[in-house]
Amino acid sequence: MAKSNKPIIWGTFAAGGELVSFVTPVLILLTLLAAVGHVPDMLGYDALRGFAAGWFGKLVIFVVLFLSLWSQAHRLRITFYDFGARADTLVAIMVYALAAVGSIATLVFLARL
Amino acid sequence: MSRRPYLREVSRTAWFFKRPRYLRYMAREVTCIFIGIYTVILLVGVYRLSQGRAEYEAFLMALQRPASVVFHVAALAFALYNSFTWFNVAPKALPIQVGEEFLPDSVVAGGHYVVWVALSLFILFWAGVL
Repeated sequence: MAKSNKPIIWGTFAAGGELVSFVTPVLILLTLLAAVGHVPDMLGYDALRGFAAGWFGKLVIFVVLFLSLWSQAHRLRITFYDFGARADTLVAIMVYALAAVGSIATLVFLARL
Repeated sequence: MSRRPYLREVSRTAWFFKRPRYLRYMAREVTCIFIGIYTVILLVGVYRLSQGRAEYEAFLMALQRPASVVFHVAALAFALYNSFTWFNVAPKALPIQVGEEFLPDSVVAGGHYVVWVALSLFILFWAGVL
C-alpha cells in the first residue's frame, strides 16, 4: 500500500471532531458565564492553577487543545476551498503551521505551570 | 482549444446560495471558524494562567468586553449546530455491526446524545456551576 500522511491528518480530524462536538459547547458556556461576570469556581486562578499543576490536568488541557487545533485547522483548509480560495497548498501550510505552533505553545505554557 | 469552450456558470465564491442543501452544508462548514477562534482564546487563557495571578485575572476581565460576550453567544450557537450535525451523521461514520445486522441509526446517534448530555453535566458540576 502506498504511504500517505492522510491517516495522521484524518485521525486528528475524526478524534478532534468527536472531542469538539462533545466538550466545546460546555466549555464555551463556562467562559460565557465568566464573560457575563459569573466566573465558575473552577475558572478562578487558584482552582485552575491547582488543576493545571498536576499531570492529569496538564494531560486534559493538552489533549483538548491539541485535538481542537488540528481538527479545526483541517476543517478551515476545506472551508477556504469552499469559499473559492483555491491555493490549497498555501492554505494547508498556513493552517497546519498555526496548529503546530499552537501545539508547541501549549506544551511550553503547561511546562511553566 | 475548442472553438466553443464550455463555460462554467457556477460561481466559485457564491455557489452555496444556489440550493438550501448547499447553504446548510456551508453553515456547518463555517462553524470551524468560530470553534477555531475559540480554541485560540483557550490557548491565550492557558498562556495568561502560566504568567501568574494578575495576568490571568486581566484575561478574565478581558472576557467581559462586549465584543467577547457577543462572540461567545455566537460561538455557542455555532458549536451547538456543529455538535447536532456531527451526532446526526455519527451512525454513517461509525456503523456498529451486531451479528448480521447493523445497529439502527437512532441507537448510535442516541448513544452520542446521552454521552454528550452526561459529559456536559459532569463538566458543569466539576466547574462548580451546578
